[in-house]
Amino acid sequence: MSLLQVSGLKTHFPFGSRWFGERSWVRAVDGVDLGLDRGEVLGLVGESGSGKTTLGRSVLRLVEPTDGSVMLDGVDVLKLGRRRLRPLRQRMQIVFQDPYASLSPRLQIRRIIAEPMRLYRLANKHDESAKVEELLESVGLEPYFMQRYPHEMSGGQRQRIAIARALSCEPDLLVADEPVSALDVSVQAQVLGILLRLQRERGIGLLFISHDLSVVERVADRVAVMYLGRIMEEAPVGDLIHGALHPYTQALLSAVPDPDPEYRRERIRLRGELPSPSEPLRGCPFASRCPEAQQVCLDLTPKLEEKKPGQAVACHLR
Amino acid sequence: MALLRVEELATYFFLDEGELRAVDDVTFEVNEGETVALVGESGCGKTIVAMSILDLVPWPGQIVRGKILFRHEDLRRVTREKLRQSRGGEIGMVFQEPGAALNPVYPIGRQMSEVLQLHRGMSRHEADREAVRVLGGVGIPEPEKRVNAYPFELSGGMRQRAVIAIATCTRPRLLIADEPTTALDVTVQAEILDLMRHLQAQYNMATLLITHDLGVVAEMAQRMLVMYTGKLFELGRTQDLFDDPKHPYTQGLLHSVPRLGAGRDDPLTGIPGAVPDLLQLPGGCTFHPRCKLSDEECVDEFPSMRTLPYGRVCACYKVKDR
Repeated sequence: MSLLQVSGLKTHFPFGSRWFGERSWVRAVDGVDLGLDRGEVLGLVGESGSGKTTLGRSVLRLVEPTDGSVMLDGVDVLKLGRRRLRPLRQRMQIVFQDPYASLSPRLQIRRIIAEPMRLYRLANKHDESAKVEELLESVGLEPYFMQRYPHEMSGGQRQRIAIARALSCEPDLLVADEPVSALDVSVQAQVLGILLRLQRERGIGLLFISHDLSVVERVADRVAVMYLGRIMEEAPVGDLIHGALHPYTQALLSAVPDPDPEYRRERIRLRGELPSPSEPLRGCPFASRCPEAQQVCLDLTPKLEEKKPGQAVACHLR
Repeated sequence: MALLRVEELATYFFLDEGELRAVDDVTFEVNEGETVALVGESGCGKTIVAMSILDLVPWPGQIVRGKILFRHEDLRRVTREKLRQSRGGEIGMVFQEPGAALNPVYPIGRQMSEVLQLHRGMSRHEADREAVRVLGGVGIPEPEKRVNAYPFELSGGMRQRAVIAIATCTRPRLLIADEPTTALDVTVQAEILDLMRHLQAQYNMATLLITHDLGVVAEMAQRMLVMYTGKLFELGRTQDLFDDPKHPYTQGLLHSVPRLGAGRDDPLTGIPGAVPDLLQLPGGCTFHPRCKLSDEECVDEFPSMRTLPYGRVCACYKVKDR
C-alpha cells in the first residue's frame, strides 16, 4: 500500500460577494489523483497559478479540500475531526518556500526546532537539547546556532532550520513547496543535497513542488505536471524529461533556457496565457493554448490515462 | 567603439552601520548592438550598476568614483537636462517587476504617449496613434483596445510587454533590462526573450541584461560579466566563460545550476558557505573564505585584473596573465 493516495481531490475557493451578484469559485485543484510511496520523491511542477501549492496544502489539510480523498496509510485524512487529525499531523510536515517568513522572528532556533517535539511528546526536558543538536548536525549546522535567532542567519541557514523543524517530529510524508526558490543560486545545491540525503536516510515520502523542471529532474523519481488544477502528465523522471507525451509538458520543457550558449532547444510556442481558473471548464484545460487542439479537445475533458508503462497522460491526441 | 563605457565605477551606501560598498571598481563596455549580461547573486551589486548608469541610485547611496561614458560623454558631468533626454530617450529601462514599473492609475497607452511626447516631440494626438502601433509591435493583441487598459487588467507577461514597449518606443541605442523575466513563468519568459531579441535586431539596440539566470545569459548575451560582493570577478565572451570559466566563483556558479536533461550524473556541487554581508566583507579577495583554491596570497589584498586573450579579464591570484 502506498504511503499517500490522493483521489479525485478538489479544492475550490469562493470569491465574490455572498449577498450581491454572482458568487464564483476558483478551481485551484480540480480533480487530482496521485500516489506516493515511502522513500519516494514525487516532483510536482507547474507554472504559477497551476494549483501546485494549493494541492500540497490540501494534502496536509492546511486548506480544506472541497471533495475527494487523501489516504495516508489507508486512513482518510479528510474524514477525520480535529482531535483525531492531530496525531496524524505529526506524520506529515511541510517546508515552505520563504524561510524569511516561515520562522518566528521571536523564537530562538532551539525553541523553533523543539516545539514540534514538545507538542508530540517526542522529547523530554533531559534529552531535548541533545535531540535539537542532533537535528542541527543533520542539516550541517553547529550546535551554537541553538541560541541564535532567525534574523542572525542567512537564507540558506534558515531553510536548513525549516528542514530540521519539519523532521523533528519524524514525519513519513514531507511536502517541500519550492524549498530552494528563495535562495541564492550558489547555496541552492547545498540545501537540496541536505533535503535529499535526509529524505533517503529516513525513508520519507517527499512531495517536491517546484516551477523549475531542471531542479525537479535532479531530485524526483517521478514527476507530475499540473496545469489549471489538473495533472496533465505523470511519469518516471527520465521518461518525462526525455519522452514527454503531453503537448503542454513538451512546451514547458522546450521553454527552459539552456545554460549552454551553443545549444538551442527547438521551442514550441504557446498562444496566450494561463486562462483564469474561475472560468467554468469545458473540454481540455489546455485547449485554448495548445498548438495541436482539435474540436474534441474543446468538447471533452480528457482523463489521465496510462499511455505507456508508468506514463499517464491527459490528452485526446496521444 | 563602445556605446557605453563604465570606468572604475564605485557606488557606496553611507549607512549608520558603516560604509556599504555596493559597487566597487567596476569597468566594462557595451558595444553598439551588442548584448552584455551582468550576472551575479542577490546583493552582488548588479542592480546598483544599472542605477548608477542612470543616476537613479537611491539615498543614502552615492557614486563616489568613476566615469560613465555614453557615446563618449560622461553622464556624470552632463547637465540635468541632457541626462533627462538620455534617460528614457537614448537609454531605455526595463525593471523586474512590471507591476511596479507602471503607474496603476493611468491606462498603459497614456503612459506610453507621455514618453513619446517628451522624447520624440510628438503631439498628443500623434503620440496616441503611435502608442497603438508600438503596442501591436510588441505582440499585444487588439492594441487599439488595450491602450485604454489599466495595468491591473493585464497579465504579468502582457504588463512586461507594455513596459518593454514604453522603454523601446523612443528607439533607444541602449536598453538596460534588470531581471526582465524573473517574475514570469518559463513559457512567458521565452516569449519575452524572443521579443527582446526581435526589437534589438529591429533597432540595432544594445542591451545590458542584468540577471541571475545563467540559462537566460547563454541564450541572449554575446559577452558577460560576473559580479560578487560589488566587485567584478570575470568578464569575457559568454561562450568562453561557459566553456572554460577561469575564476573559481564563475566555476562554482556554473556548477550550481542544474541543466535540464543532464540527469543526475552531472553533480550539482554549489559553493560552500554563504554570500557574505556587504558590511562585513572578508579582507583580500572577498571570495576567499568560500574558495577551494585560496591560500595566504588571497587574504590581504583584492587581486588586480588579469588580462587574458579575447578581451577576457579575471580577478584572481590563481589565474595567471597570458
